[in-house]
Amino acid sequence: MKPAPFIYHNPLTPEDAVSLLASNEEAKILAGGQSLMPMLNMRFVVPDHVIDLNNVTGIDGVTNRDNLLEIGAMTRQCDLMANDLVKSKAPIIPEALEHVGHFQTRNRCTIGGSLCHLDPAAELPCLMAAYDANLTVQGPEGQREIPFIEWPLAYMIPNLAPDELLTKISFRYWSLNHGFGFEEFARRHGDFAIVAVAALLEVDDGKITRAAISIGGANISPVRLVKAEEALIGMLANEDTYKVAADIAQEIESISDAYVTSQYRQRLAGTLVQRALVKAGDRVNRS
Amino acid sequence: MGVRYLGAEVQRMEDPRLLTGHGRYVDDIKLEGMLHAAFLRSSQAHAKIHSIDITAASDLVGVHRVFTLADLGVNYQKPMNQLYPAPVIEQNKTQYPLAKDEVCYVGETIAVVIADSRAIAEDALALINVEYKTLPAVIDVRTALEEGSPLAHSDTESNLMGKMRSKFGDIEDAFNKADHVFSAGFMQHRGGCHSMETRGVIARDDPWGDGLTIWTSAQSPYLIRRALANWLGEPEEKIRVIAPDVGGGFGPKAGFYPEEIVIPLVARIMERPVKWIEDRQEHFVSTTTQRDQYWDLEVACNVDGKILGLRGKVTHENGAYIPYGILLPNSSLTPLPGAYSIPAIDVGVDIIFTNTVPNSPVRGAGRPCGIYAVERMVQVVSRKLGIDPAVVRRRNYVRPEQMPYETGAKLRGGDPVVYDSGDYEALLDKVLELSDYESFKDRQIAARKEGRFLGIGISSCIEDTGMGPYEGTTVRVDASGKVIVKTGAASQGQGHHTMISMIVADNLGVKPEDIIFESADTAKFPHGIGAIGSRIAANVAPSAFDAASKVREKAIKLAAEILETAEADLDIESGIVRVNGAPDVSISLGELAVKLTPPSSTRVPTGFEPLLEATSFEGSAGSPIASGSNVAEVEVDNGTGEVKVLRYSVAHDCGIMINPMIVHGQIVGGVVHGIGNALFERMIYDKQGQPLTMNYGEYLLPLASEMPRIDVTHMETPSPLNSLGVKGAGEGGTIPAAAAVIAAIENALEEFSVEIDYYPVDPQYLLGLIDSSIDSKSSSRLS
Amino acid sequence: MPDIREIQVSVNGEDHSAKVETRTSLGDFLRQNLGLTGTHLGCEHGVCGACTVILDGEAVRSCLMLAVQANGHEVTTVEGLAGEEGELHPLQEAFWKHHGLQCGFCTPGMLTSLVAFLRDNPNPSERDIREAISGNICRCTGYQGIVDATLEAAKVMQGRV
Repeated sequence: MKPAPFIYHNPLTPEDAVSLLASNEEAKILAGGQSLMPMLNMRFVVPDHVIDLNNVTGIDGVTNRDNLLEIGAMTRQCDLMANDLVKSKAPIIPEALEHVGHFQTRNRCTIGGSLCHLDPAAELPCLMAAYDANLTVQGPEGQREIPFIEWPLAYMIPNLAPDELLTKISFRYWSLNHGFGFEEFARRHGDFAIVAVAALLEVDDGKITRAAISIGGANISPVRLVKAEEALIGMLANEDTYKVAADIAQEIESISDAYVTSQYRQRLAGTLVQRALVKAGDRVNRS
Repeated sequence: MGVRYLGAEVQRMEDPRLLTGHGRYVDDIKLEGMLHAAFLRSSQAHAKIHSIDITAASDLVGVHRVFTLADLGVNYQKPMNQLYPAPVIEQNKTQYPLAKDEVCYVGETIAVVIADSRAIAEDALALINVEYKTLPAVIDVRTALEEGSPLAHSDTESNLMGKMRSKFGDIEDAFNKADHVFSAGFMQHRGGCHSMETRGVIARDDPWGDGLTIWTSAQSPYLIRRALANWLGEPEEKIRVIAPDVGGGFGPKAGFYPEEIVIPLVARIMERPVKWIEDRQEHFVSTTTQRDQYWDLEVACNVDGKILGLRGKVTHENGAYIPYGILLPNSSLTPLPGAYSIPAIDVGVDIIFTNTVPNSPVRGAGRPCGIYAVERMVQVVSRKLGIDPAVVRRRNYVRPEQMPYETGAKLRGGDPVVYDSGDYEALLDKVLELSDYESFKDRQIAARKEGRFLGIGISSCIEDTGMGPYEGTTVRVDASGKVIVKTGAASQGQGHHTMISMIVADNLGVKPEDIIFESADTAKFPHGIGAIGSRIAANVAPSAFDAASKVREKAIKLAAEILETAEADLDIESGIVRVNGAPDVSISLGELAVKLTPPSSTRVPTGFEPLLEATSFEGSAGSPIASGSNVAEVEVDNGTGEVKVLRYSVAHDCGIMINPMIVHGQIVGGVVHGIGNALFERMIYDKQGQPLTMNYGEYLLPLASEMPRIDVTHMETPSPLNSLGVKGAGEGGTIPAAAAVIAAIENALEEFSVEIDYYPVDPQYLLGLIDSSIDSKSSSRLS
Repeated sequence: MPDIREIQVSVNGEDHSAKVETRTSLGDFLRQNLGLTGTHLGCEHGVCGACTVILDGEAVRSCLMLAVQANGHEVTTVEGLAGEEGELHPLQEAFWKHHGLQCGFCTPGMLTSLVAFLRDNPNPSERDIREAISGNICRCTGYQGIVDATLEAAKVMQGRV
């Protein structure tokens, strides 16, 4: 399990990284390496060039601008979990990241790496779907912004040209008194989820005014449960209401694989949507 | 003689080295001029090999040579030897060290690249071109004997490797007179080895000097020496096999593998040392595993739950070849009737070839399966009759006054299976107390009110440990007064160094730190068997005890002459022989050793043989039978099907404990392995024979986060079969675990009448059982 | 031609300058180039945790990093945990006392992971510890001795024993 030979590149700026991408065929970006390195070791991926982003400046860290959180693509998961802005504005992110791998892998894993790898069951894409995040990518011609809904093109394939680099993720955070719940079911702590659910709620006078429900793992990329989100608006924030959403979740289009069936994924989606909404509802600041 | 160490929780001698990164595992060894190997393995489950083109691979810079079977030499175009021949084996299929013209499982060795580095060797693998003609593969053992089934080997008529049967008592009578007959069918899947250290071999040949030296991550270095010597047609004395620090074994490292032939041969041909370290992907497809058994059983019992007979059939998956004789199916049958007195049993096994990695024992071998089967049937009786499972057990246990108890079953050699000692009901009482069994119902009801499903399950077991014939020890005092202890017993983490040092230290009157311990090196001790089947304590403890006693006697006798005193007045403490009551009159063991190894032109004291040394092969007069009762308490999530083990209690009896801390570690580690079998570990193949669970995200080993705290209590019923009263402890945690966990799951889901018919129990399966129970109830209400 | 770079890396307080092929993992570099064989490679796909080392104070998988990425960084391996006079780290002492190891193969990764963990979580509960080592697989111990050792080491390191 040793990688096949490659040429290693160590750019220091995003521009350099992009021009290396543009000038080298069969190149792979190395961010945190927690998904790429296993694939290199197993020779599932055999690139001619590896472009390391770990010394690129200016593409990490979290800033708050006009109710937008802007997160550099190379921000590591451990730093997202410890970041005060993230903790106060989008507390669902640290909660969800507790489920991602283990603290040793979170010390390396980056948000950009996770979004580009785009594992269907990964937590960060599921969260970014819930937030309708915008992804900024840089290419030889400059930058473009991609709404998350247009980010997954197919199974584990992001909307990213071979010479483009994801540099930034931004999303509008919810009101201070929103409720949030993240629930996932994995066989063991730190495993990829079979199904994961992120739920955000805003409630006014006991009634739901805004809802986002994102489901990861059920299908080839995270999906928003739009029908349920719409159904919740105006309804009382209670378990009976959440059951309506859970029933819709149980009908979600799902995939089967060697381990579990689509029916089981649907069943989990129902259970987890219910539980995530209960959690979110309990956390709404009703004052 | 003062006993200071036996029974004490002595901290392990092994640990300071291992804790500071100074262990010496195979991959840590670096030899001058050493080359590195990588194996090309079959990508097909079953295929004919038309051609192998190694040209491009051989031409790669950094590659020294590529070998196929033909390149190994004309004398070596033959399959591997059978380690454990047995009349039951009707078709003795062993593999070639490198495939000849047919491959029968994904992972079978085809060629080996020798290069400057492992990375380059792997580069070259991609350049070897094998032309296969795919043959149909047989994967599902249940259909393997049907007419028209594909054959695992193209030159055979049938996939049946052989049949075995355990039969005693009047089975017809038992079933005729029973009040009830109940049946159950279930599949048991036990996973792979997954020692954290993979396998690995280094070989160096010095034809004008030491001959072949092989370092291998193995449980039985002597078995490898013998098997390799036989296969090569060379004397054992010219082959030295060393098992250095070994990072876990669990059974699959007790065999003899193709790499243990190929690497030595290639090192000889290349005239350079060669290292091969199995990587984790190879481990999944080349290290033997245990896999599937299908059981169909009937139990005959009376209304009170007394079991009269057990009969049925087992279908055992063997994998593609027989690396390990019939140890696995055999050890599935011999534990029947478990901890119970069952007058009649008739259970047969069909052993069947499939196109999967060859099968071998994994921690406990077939014992966890045999015990699971018995416990399962006890559970069935309990449920069907509505009698508490603890009560059913009480009505069936072998009683202490029946010891020694002949079960009626026979060992492979024809000797009767005899339980030597134990009190199974007392163990049950202890574990019921430890687990708060009596108050469980309250916990269950309280939880159910909160919508939670709690369950409790019991499992009892026996374990035949300490199989013979021996594991010898030499004890020698050198001139410095240090005590050299040598044994054939190889260790993979069981703490043999500590355990044996404790016994020798007690008996010889020295400190454990004055002992130099050497093991698992065929050049250091003439012969040994290996660490399998929880056999070391019951074999090496008696031999170490005996050898140390003999050295002590010799030292005392000589000291008595030198100090001009009676032997009875002497004692040895901290390596000094002293006269009782006159502590200034003394002589050290080192000085006595010098007297027995004098310089030239002097004499060995009259009446003494040279060397302050003794060797013993004393062992156990039969298999000491350890026993245990376990209770698992679980919670089932009816929204996901997840099972959490909340609590796990063990009452265990392995006779006199040499080091309770080590025994505790063996039990706890074993239980976790068993919970892994019950809930997590599953090696999945697709219908074409491609392994699917090929990494540790897909093959689920138990992690700390899912494992409960395990409470252990002990009884010490001495074994009458050896001088120290000890029994083995290595597998007693694993053997009963699955049955306890699964009984607890069924108990938790009693209202759904869930019957579990396979393990590992995955949440999808369990949720399906719950849902279909709910569906059938609602539909029956409608109709 | 192999892609070879020169790197400077500090390991256990000692500066090393070495030439390394860029495809070489940090784990292989430590073991093969520096002879620090205490770091074990158990799975080489980042799950078993045996290869864990401390990079600039943080526990990371050395099988999932290239050696060239350690250029200019500080690495601590299991060989660097004991004191200068060889006195064991409190965690090593506790592992010894509580039988927190059997075969010893996962032990280096357990120790490096837990040293970093205890620095950030000086008062862990049993649950915290079990989650912390859920990325370190042990096939022998059933984890209990490791958990008990960590609970005690935390107390010792806090001066509470």
